[in-house]
Amino acid sequence: MNAHDVVITGIGLVSCLGEGVDAHWQAFSAPQLPPPVNTGAFPPYPVHMAPAMDLNLQIPKRGDQRQMEAWQRLGVYTAGLALDDAGIKTDEAMCASMDMIVAAAGGERDIQVDEVIMAGADAAADFGVFLNERLTNDLRPTLFLAQLSNLLAGNISIVHKVTGSSRTMMGEEGAGVSALATAAARLRSGQSSHMLIGAALHSEAPDKLLIYETGQELHQGPWQPVWSRSGAGGGLIAGTGSAFLVLETREHAEARGRKPYAAIEKVVADRARRTDGGLRDGLVALAGDAGLDAPHLVISGASGMHEITDAEQDALSAHALRAYGSLTGHLREAQLLFGVAIAALTIANGESLPPISEGERIYSGSPERVAATSVSTTRGEGIAVLTKA
Amino acid sequence: MTQDRDHLGRPVIAVTGMGVVTSLGAGIGENWAALTAGKSGIHSITRFPIDHLKTTIAGTVDFLDASSAGMGPLTYELGATAAREAIAQSGISGDFGGPLFLAAPPIELTWENRLAVYRKGQGAGYERLMAAARTTNNRDVFDTMQFGYVAERLADQFGIRGIPITTSTACASGATAIQLGVESIRRGETDRALIVGADGSANAESMIRFSLLSALSTQNDPPQKASKPFSRDRDGFVLAEGGAALVLESLASARARGAKILGIVRGCGEKADDFHRTRSKPDGSPAIAAIRAALADGGVDESAVSYVNAHGTSTPENDKMEHLSLSTVFGERMARIPISSNKSMVGHTLSAAGAVEAVFSLLTMQNGTLPPTINYDNPDPAIELDVVPNIKRDADVSMVLSNSFGFGGQNACLVMAREPG
Repeated sequence: MNAHDVVITGIGLVSCLGEGVDAHWQAFSAPQLPPPVNTGAFPPYPVHMAPAMDLNLQIPKRGDQRQMEAWQRLGVYTAGLALDDAGIKTDEAMCASMDMIVAAAGGERDIQVDEVIMAGADAAADFGVFLNERLTNDLRPTLFLAQLSNLLAGNISIVHKVTGSSRTMMGEEGAGVSALATAAARLRSGQSSHMLIGAALHSEAPDKLLIYETGQELHQGPWQPVWSRSGAGGGLIAGTGSAFLVLETREHAEARGRKPYAAIEKVVADRARRTDGGLRDGLVALAGDAGLDAPHLVISGASGMHEITDAEQDALSAHALRAYGSLTGHLREAQLLFGVAIAALTIANGESLPPISEGERIYSGSPERVAATSVSTTRGEGIAVLTKA
Repeated sequence: MTQDRDHLGRPVIAVTGMGVVTSLGAGIGENWAALTAGKSGIHSITRFPIDHLKTTIAGTVDFLDASSAGMGPLTYELGATAAREAIAQSGISGDFGGPLFLAAPPIELTWENRLAVYRKGQGAGYERLMAAARTTNNRDVFDTMQFGYVAERLADQFGIRGIPITTSTACASGATAIQLGVESIRRGETDRALIVGADGSANAESMIRFSLLSALSTQNDPPQKASKPFSRDRDGFVLAEGGAALVLESLASARARGAKILGIVRGCGEKADDFHRTRSKPDGSPAIAAIRAALADGGVDESAVSYVNAHGTSTPENDKMEHLSLSTVFGERMARIPISSNKSMVGHTLSAAGAVEAVFSLLTMQNGTLPPTINYDNPDPAIELDVVPNIKRDADVSMVLSNSFGFGGQNACLVMAREPG
């Protein structure tokens, strides 16, 4: 026990399973298969869509809601849940001194404008001139602000008054790993006392699905659990979801009388060369760095992407894996943070989680040390290890 | 010998390598010569048609191989060119062996690539795009859409340790990347860090987006006169591209290997603004807090700063707010502290700006020369500053404050010194 231990005191979660800590704990305690999944909106791709949310509960001003699109609204909403859960939301001084790291990609495009331009491209005498004309006339002036990566954090500052500092990290799954690792390191070294970190992903839009499918990453056809997608048409199922965490030093949490969910023992990360079995070997080494020698309960961020998911399963075969992506879909920037949240709930509740799908081992007893993994579909791997606070 | 530790017992952070590319040229030599000669890199846009655009000028970097290859490849080449120069200057050979902190723009599918995929399909709209993506190989396009790709290429090229971190705090990104590196060395995680700020995103869509927010100057003729920070008739910033790199190293480690110390990063400060998505709080309090935080982090008071490298975008809002913030922190002395805006010559290099201006700040101290604020023909009477108008000035500068402010309430400030301790 150390005054600068990093503890989790607030959790905000939104996924197709619902919103908040209780809904997610129930869903993971007794997994229902198949989970909520939409197969009609973007055929042939199933998508795990957002649950119904009353945005007014966390974003009271309609003007603020109008300035954002779905991705930012989802993130600001979930950040509010985490602040509420930590008992910080109404503490102005605490929010004003709070440091923030958000992992983000970009916001939604104007699909209609894009489609008009694509349709007219070949008939245009000069595409560049045509593009200028259409964009100048058709784009909503404020849409840009709903697209900029750092404006999720910017909107959190505006809506929730979190203004100690604001940094945004980019780079798909690795951005979530770096956000967690950087936040934990800052707290542990005394560079910060309390932090809000998180990410949101809005996947129910064709421009968002296109990003995955340009790399042919998407699963097609009926829903399958993550570990069963190795065949043709298999891949990741996109999910809309968000995870935000309030992290504090132990002394900061104790001083305000908060009981933490769990402590973050360590976050290890690396970028394995992925050719010739390099990913599997890299993950074995990373698990060693994380101290996963005995069998652990591991909340896995496996995406369902063929060889990558196989490599993770192989490298961590001694452990009881819980691939939460089977229930929520792939959450990219939020991947590790979502897994860390579930791991923290497991420790706080002192209960193991049943297997989500076939092939996941039973882990009996009360888990006191739980890991969460993030293996990117492209580059970068991370493992977080949580212990009892 | 001065101490290797600062006022809080943390490692002192030395700069041992620098590199820069802007519309003024590639490399420290070309840039510094042009910058001190008061030369502008702003020109009429030739990369794409300018029909229907209100703003037809920019500080694009048109002389690199990737200049017409889209934002991802150009951002990479800008970053790699600067990093190569910085690492060479540092004398580090082989793998860099430390982390990379990259400030880069949000990456998007370019129109050229979108249409290339679209043309492979049948039907219309995004369904056609999706069908084409599903049935044809577009891996090269996929890579350019990944936010982590530029950093990965840089990491592979320079032998970077671990997962590279790409940051975006809008126009403050370059300063944030430096701060991330400084903090990492102070935590003892590494002895050295490579900082790269790069932005090659001056395409038509990006121009139009900023233009629709009324952020850009429309004084197109002559192009080199458009960026006029602190002038009465300033009307917006000039979009530009650039890259800069710094090798940061603990002073102890730099000395141990006999590296030349180019300067010191003394302090970093930041503060988020909750007022508005594009405008600053009217009282300037977040920018004031960021400046004060940087001074406090560096263990110095206001009197130690002898020059300010302004954010100085040439927008009506920024320059007014920056003056208010500086006047609040430095009081009456601010009217006599020289301050200049590199953006008067290179334009606003967005994600790269904080890193570009950190390099220029260090060169200012090294050379004892203040680069001017050009186009200062019509001073704003409400902004009483010594902006080093139009012509460079010799000055002995031992400590610089460099400001970076961005959309989304981002404020990041750096205090840099010529000498350790």
